[in-house]
Order: sequence, then structure tokens, then C-alpha cells
Amino acid sequence: MTWSIENNRCLRCGGCVSVCPTAALELKDNVIYDEKLCTLCGICEKACPVEAIKVTTQ
Amino acid sequence: MNDVIVIGAGPAGTACAKKLAENGFSVKVFDKRAEIGAPKRCGEGLSEASQQFVGRIPERCIAQKIKGARLYAPDGRYLDAILSEGGFVLERKVFDKWLAEEAAKAGATVQANTFISDIEKDTRGYFVGVKGEFLGNEFKEKAKVVVCATGAESPLRNKALGVFSKVNLIDSCLQYEMTNVDVVSDLIHIYLSSVLAPRGYVWVFPKGDHRANVGLGIIPQEKKPKAYLDEFLKLHPEISKGSILEVNAGCVPVGGMVKDMVANGFVLCGEAANHVNPIHGGGIKEAVMSGQMAADVIAECLKKNDVSKKALSKFNDIWWKERGDHLKRVEKLRETLEKLSDGDLNDLVDALKPEDIIEFARGAKLSVLAKVLMRKPRLVSIARHLL
Repeated sequence: MTWSIENNRCLRCGGCVSVCPTAALELKDNVIYDEKLCTLCGICEKACPVEAIKVTTQ
Repeated sequence: MNDVIVIGAGPAGTACAKKLAENGFSVKVFDKRAEIGAPKRCGEGLSEASQQFVGRIPERCIAQKIKGARLYAPDGRYLDAILSEGGFVLERKVFDKWLAEEAAKAGATVQANTFISDIEKDTRGYFVGVKGEFLGNEFKEKAKVVVCATGAESPLRNKALGVFSKVNLIDSCLQYEMTNVDVVSDLIHIYLSSVLAPRGYVWVFPKGDHRANVGLGIIPQEKKPKAYLDEFLKLHPEISKGSILEVNAGCVPVGGMVKDMVANGFVLCGEAANHVNPIHGGGIKEAVMSGQMAADVIAECLKKNDVSKKALSKFNDIWWKERGDHLKRVEKLRETLEKLSDGDLNDLVDALKPEDIIEFARGAKLSVLAKVLMRKPRLVSIARHLL
């Protein structure tokens, strides 16, 4: 299971940060991801306006 | 030590800082953006009446004066609601800097390009300061009260109070600022359609000289805002013939106003507390009001030397009484409207009279919507549900 972001798609809007239930994301110059806090719930992928985030579950 | 540190120099943060500084308190405002106001995440519309709270807006902040709204049904018919007071489409990059200048002139210190990574607590469980970074240098700074006015896009509200937005209570938005667009320039244009913009709407807000913000917000789903915006543009050559000058995205809270916005030495206000109008997603007026109410309570608490959660919770009481109960009704109205199919929306726009829209704008009363719906046989059952 992985979380990934395509930085050339991301518009740095912070939408993913606003819906993250575990504060695993933060917007600085890019979106910063904290693997330790992430539960791979996929909510950020749903909120993202531009398909920049992919959460894959295998 | 500062009396207050405000995180975020948007409309909420600067309104709060200005009022506190005017009352003689020492205030520092930090904003992570290199340029306050940029990038914008906003359609930039604001009613003229909002100046009652925001103050008289200088001409340089205004891109276009607006007389009213043109509301389009899915079938293309439209209704013009001309407001007695009108409104503006702003230039947020200029407007937000003006607000920050106002706070600075009142005596607050504003610092851009400053990233706040954490809010610090003492052993008694009081928030007592922030940890940040300015031009590569890390620093710590203390204050009696920390105000989190970061907007929804920061994890600090979650770290401090466990607040985040439920995904079904945000609208996922994409906007192009375009030039060479042909629309009536002194109206904002609102396109309703459950197919083109499920739950939300498409907006075209003119900015003068054939420029306009063209955007939409939708309930988050697999199909993304860009696909919807492309479809809308395909249907509107008078807009799609233009060029894209700027691309903006964002997620705007459309409900879920935070019940408890305070902790010991800590206050959450503005969009960070989801203080946004749940029907149109407008947040500037709500942010300013929220920031000012927070400032009043913080000032009182500082004077009494008591910044405990209990003392600061007066902000909860005041905000919910002044704004929350009203916005809750607006949220209910949105929940009703989002159930309407495109057929229903055609009927709704057909049944609407301009004065209904003006009445909505004033009080967002469910009874007004019910009255409108009652005019159409197929909408009567929805109307009954409202009463």
C-alpha cells in the first residue's frame, strides 16, 4: 500500500491537507507527507481537484 | 513576549490582528506565503454591504463593480437579480495586502514568508507560542494567546484541536482566470446544474476588460473538477475562446462549522473553523467577522489576565449566536437544493422572482425557498419537506 503525489500535476492548493483526518499532510513548497501518521484512507485522493494524489492498496 | 500571535494573514487573521492592535495589544501575524494574497484561491466576489465589516475598500482592490447576479437554469434560461447595493469582484492579491497594511498601520507586525511548523504548549496545557522558519532560520516565539487563522489548508488546526474537514463537507474547486471572455461585465454569472456541477455551481465573475474568473466547485468524487470545467467550456464558446492567465484550485468548506473553537491560550477562526457560507462558498465576510469577534473576546480575556479555555469560550457563544445559527440554516438550504435534478432546477429558476433572490441573500430563510417551490407542482413535495 502506498501514497504518492505527482508534483507536476499538484497546484499546491492544500485541499488534501484540509481533509486529512490524521494531520499526515502539510503544504510548504510542496505537499509534505508523514508516512508515520498516514492511515492510507484515501480521502486526500478524493478531495484533490486535479488527480495529483494516488493511494494504492494491493 | 507578545500578547497575541496570529498564524495566517488572510482576511480572518488580519481582521483579528487589526482589532487587537487598535486596543493596544502587541500582535504578530505570520503568513507562510512569500506574497500575501497570492496565490489566490477564490472567485473574488464580495457584496458591497460587506464593507460594514471589512471597511471601505480602496478602488485599487476592485477589479469590477457588480450590479447583481445572473442565475442560469440548466436549460439556459436565466434570471437577473439586481441588488440595490451590488458588489465587487476583487483583486485578492491587492485586497489581502491592503488588509495586512491596515493591521500593520494599527500597530500589528506582519511577516510574510514565515512558515509555522508547530504550536507549543506548556506543562499546564496552555498554548504559549509557535515554532517557525523565516528565510531558512528557525525560531521560537511566545505569546499569551495563539490565533490559528490558517484557512482549512493547514494541519495546525488538527494538531491543536483535532479539527479537519469531512470530505463530503468540502467542494473541490478549479478556476481559470481568463482574458478575452465575452460576458455581461457588471453581473456575476451563476450556472446551476446537477449534471455540469453536482452539488456546486459554475461561476463566471467578470474582472473588467474581458477578464473573468471562470470556475466551479463540486462534491468530491472520482470525476475531477477539470473534467467538469472542460465540459462547461465546450458548451460556452464565448468563454472558451479566451486565454488562461492563471489556474487556481482549492477545497472550500461548505458546512461543518466547528462547535468548539478554543483551548487554553488558543483560538481558531475564519476558514480554519469552516466559517464559510455553505451555499455559495463565500468566505471573506465570514472570515473578517469571525476574526473581529475573536479579537473582542481575546482583548477582554487579556485585560482580565485569564486566557483559559473557559474564558475564551465566550467566542464560541458569540460566534454561534451571531453567525453560526444563521450559517446552519444556510447549510440546510444547500442540503435541500443539492437534491434537485436539472428538471427541478429548471422549474426552480422559472419560479424564482428577482425579489426572492434578494430575500435569500438577506436571510436565507427556508420559508422563502418553500414559497418559491410551492409555485411549481413537481416541487411541492420538496417544499412540504422544508416546512
